[in-house]
Amino acid sequence: MTDVNINFAYLDERTKRMIRRAILKAVAIPGYQVPFGSREMPLPYGWGTGGIQVTAAVIGPKDVLKVIDQGSDDTVNAVNIRRFFERTTGVVTTTRTRQATLIQTRHRIPEAPLAEGQVLVYQVPVPEPMQRLEPRETVTRTLHGLAEYGLMHVKLYEDIARYGHIATTYDYPVLVNGRYVMSPSPIPKFDNPKMHMNPALQLFGAGREKRIYAVPPYTAVESLGFEDHPFEVQRWDAACALCGATHSFLDEVITDDSGTRMHVCSDSDYCQSRQQSPATPAPQLEEVA
Amino acid sequence: MSTSTLPLLRVRGIGKRYGERVALHDASFDLWPGEVLAVVGESGSGKTTLLNAVAARSQPDEGSVQFHTRTGGLQEVFAMSEAEQRLLARTDWGFVHQNAADGLRMDVSAGANVGERLMGLGERHYGRLRATASEWLQRVEIDPQRIDDAPRTFSGGMRQRLQIARNLVTRPRLVFMDEPTSGLDVSVQARLLDLLRQLTRQMQLAAIVVTHDLAVARLLAHRMMVMQKGRVVEAGLTDQLLDDPQHPYTQLLVSSVLQP
Repeated sequence: MTDVNINFAYLDERTKRMIRRAILKAVAIPGYQVPFGSREMPLPYGWGTGGIQVTAAVIGPKDVLKVIDQGSDDTVNAVNIRRFFERTTGVVTTTRTRQATLIQTRHRIPEAPLAEGQVLVYQVPVPEPMQRLEPRETVTRTLHGLAEYGLMHVKLYEDIARYGHIATTYDYPVLVNGRYVMSPSPIPKFDNPKMHMNPALQLFGAGREKRIYAVPPYTAVESLGFEDHPFEVQRWDAACALCGATHSFLDEVITDDSGTRMHVCSDSDYCQSRQQSPATPAPQLEEVA
Repeated sequence: MSTSTLPLLRVRGIGKRYGERVALHDASFDLWPGEVLAVVGESGSGKTTLLNAVAARSQPDEGSVQFHTRTGGLQEVFAMSEAEQRLLARTDWGFVHQNAADGLRMDVSAGANVGERLMGLGERHYGRLRATASEWLQRVEIDPQRIDDAPRTFSGGMRQRLQIARNLVTRPRLVFMDEPTSGLDVSVQARLLDLLRQLTRQMQLAAIVVTHDLAVARLLAHRMMVMQKGRVVEAGLTDQLLDDPQHPYTQLLVSSVLQP
């Protein structure tokens, strides 16, 4: 099925080397946004061109690839990216989180705990966490350089002033390794605690904005908050209608025209594996430092 | 006045040129704690250039600016690292812009505008931030009910007062003001001047006020400097200078004021 006229993983070797250099720098400075020469990809911006380039730069013939979009392996974005890498690399793909060595994700971190040796690649639309409040990049770079992050708390303050609580539910800003404030990409804040001290390598690629950043294994990732309004994750009153999970991120699905709805796990692999063997223990949420 | 024997700010021989044109030439002065200095002159006389150079917002081509820091005595501002300069600018200094939109975040609530400097210094308690913001809004005569409104919905005078509150919340010792009252109608101007006079006295605040309005200088300033074509042509006590101007340009300036 591999297309012989295309280089392994689509990108040419020099481009991959350039991206790997950016990744190495990103790993060396956790949370720092490294500029890189983002290439045109055979997908439109917004479909994960940054994530694909990072995956293409780190993937090898022996890797086992899993691609998810909103937690699911079978939505259009995931299916297309998985097929892209099947055609350009011929690697084995899987939907099982535990079997994968390389996972490209959009908007979720899998429920099953990641292990050492696994790599999680995030697709990032807006890498700059302060962009909404300060559109000038010359300024935000200075703010990062001098670790002046008062602005980030201005955003959270505004949330509380307007809604009575921190209303940011996704792309919730984090402080990495006690130094750089970072956008975790639009994952729900439910997933933020999973980034903290994670044994897997986490790489972030923003194709349009031409930035790569990383959280190396076992790095402290702290979600910002106020002493009297601390960071909290979402909770649901319901359990998953399919597998009965009470500690996973649930999607609310409307099932007919009269408004009947059900809650199901957003992570389809986690939900299916629990349905097959209900004994699968719910993952323990680690406390944030 | 403080009994300190060192000035708060010592400026010596600063100059700035833009290409061939000299915008500022050999300006020197001392500013003492709690003292208000007005810099007057017509448009293009180098007032704002002087202010920006002294406030380390633009690097002068020559001369030195020394500030009496809380910890290290008189220190050369331009020998500090960028991080130190910026820290100074948001703790011990304040800068009030002529156009309030330059000094405020127009789409962020008044409370967050006042609290931003504190959050930048590591305050992480929402309740305390809010109490402080509310107190400062009251001090600058803004209804604390409007704490969650964006400055975009404020009048010109309110915006200018909010800008002052935002700057004073860290209790700075020196505030730079660039035409703080221009663009406001006279009654609002009078109220703002009254407020500024009160605050500078209460807080022992030193200030450098750039203005083209001699009435502002007379009301606020202890001392003043008159500038023309990038040079300081006359300096002295405000009433002395306004009542007995020596330099021909100062005489012209004083005689040009319209008497209602």
